[in-house]
Amino acid sequence: MNAILQTQKLTHIYSAGTPFERVALDAVDFTAYRGEYLGIIGHTGSGKSTLIQHFNGLLRPASGQVLFEGRDIWASKEHTRTVRFQVGLVFQYPEYQLFEETVYRDIAFGPKNMRLDGKEIDRRVRKAAEFVGLKPDVLDKSPFELSGGQKRRVAIAGVIAMEPKVLVLDEPTAGLDPVGVSSILSNIHDYHVANNATVILVSHSMEEVARSVDRLVVVSDALIPLEGTPEYVFSHDAELKSMGLSVPQITRVFHHLREMGVNIDPSVYTIGQAKAVILAALGRKGAV
Amino acid sequence: MALRDITLGQYFPGNTVVHRMDPRSKLIFVVLFIIALFLARFLVTYGIMVITLALCILLSRVKLSIILKGMKPVLLIIVITAILNLFYTPGEPIAQFWIFRISREGIWSAFFMVLRIIMLITCTFLLTYTTSPILLTDGLEKLMGPLKAVRVPVHELSMMMSIALRFIPTLIEETDKIMSAQRARGADFDTGNLMQKARALVPLLVPLFISAFRRADELAIAMECRCYHGGEGRTRLRQLRYRRSDISAIILSVLLCVLVGVLARFGL
Repeated sequence: MNAILQTQKLTHIYSAGTPFERVALDAVDFTAYRGEYLGIIGHTGSGKSTLIQHFNGLLRPASGQVLFEGRDIWASKEHTRTVRFQVGLVFQYPEYQLFEETVYRDIAFGPKNMRLDGKEIDRRVRKAAEFVGLKPDVLDKSPFELSGGQKRRVAIAGVIAMEPKVLVLDEPTAGLDPVGVSSILSNIHDYHVANNATVILVSHSMEEVARSVDRLVVVSDALIPLEGTPEYVFSHDAELKSMGLSVPQITRVFHHLREMGVNIDPSVYTIGQAKAVILAALGRKGAV
Repeated sequence: MALRDITLGQYFPGNTVVHRMDPRSKLIFVVLFIIALFLARFLVTYGIMVITLALCILLSRVKLSIILKGMKPVLLIIVITAILNLFYTPGEPIAQFWIFRISREGIWSAFFMVLRIIMLITCTFLLTYTTSPILLTDGLEKLMGPLKAVRVPVHELSMMMSIALRFIPTLIEETDKIMSAQRARGADFDTGNLMQKARALVPLLVPLFISAFRRADELAIAMECRCYHGGEGRTRLRQLRYRRSDISAIILSVLLCVLVGVLARFGL
């Protein structure tokens, strides 16, 4: 597979040289591959937010390197700036960064900073709004009249409009209702498919990552102790628990069933898989 | 440099005699120390002040490098004061070139003036480094208590101060976050001329103000929910109590004032 974003021995220290000094990342090696849908999970304060802020050069590593398409993102000032547009980062609660008079102008902020021409900006704004499910008549409204969920969509559209090759989202569904959660996740998936973009989803909800990602990276205590496919990561039940994380609810149910002596495959992490496995098991029983 | 790295008259937690002292006695000590500092005249009295301050620094275990770092912003004032005193003090000239004349008195006065400013800053730094802002406002409120008699809204003032202090780190963090978010969309806060820089602040200031208003509103509601109705009959979580170290510190500072005052009369 072809790596698009890599960190090598990445270390970050907050408040270096004061009594509040804290190592947030300790020689972390991380790789994201082109076109994959990657999940990053970790407990609050594990270093996951620090890690993603290195991806587009918002934070400068204390030591180690961040490579985008094989080149150090700190190679030159211009290069860092280009990388900012290629690696789009959506922060937690991004609705608090809206500032423009209209939704349209807020979404256009990123593309305008890229110095695109007016026609291209217009195309991107409309496309991005469509991706996140905003109707065209919302574009002329003030972002401050919208509901919380709508504001969140505007903020995400503001990053998507830059058409980044890598889209990083920090807890994009925090504080939304279940309908909002699945609709935003499917919007993100649409962007992933349509542009063959790499998507990195940061979350602490196992259910959320379980249903969308191809690969999982676990961040804990400034390190990456575990990574791999969801099946692989979720089979390390005890380790996840010791890091203050857990497996998806449905996986827990299956682990429990197995402990109770039911002959069933426990490597299940979505409801759909669970249905198939249970039906298969029942089918076997029926045959007996 | 991240915004959060800024030290801003900041508190460094610790557990020394100085840290544990009552904020009121520390405030009194600092005020009396400053008075003594202005009474001091020459080598002996300044010597006493330097020794006292050195002892305080030792007791508080605040690193000298931190104090020196805090001195940086006032360096210019110190240098200008030194130069003005050096050249504009009349007296017995010891060096002369062109229109500049340096007198013996000028050297002394420049030296003492610089020493005075450094000690003034150091002792106030020592106060804020070793006292948490909340305790400091509590101490101020108590000390200003008598002013209530002349209708000064002491409680309201100190509540405002506590809230302001409480929100400084929050707002710094918020600024940091919004700046990062706008940078991620290509905002550039560092380059360009003055006009461009001012315009670049709009994407930062609008969200910051909105969030400050929102927080203020939420805090007001939360306080009302807990039946806050001003200072009348309000008890405190942290009761301030003078202990032996506090009383000795106050006595010591009064003695320091008297001693320096008397010695200065004799021109020492």
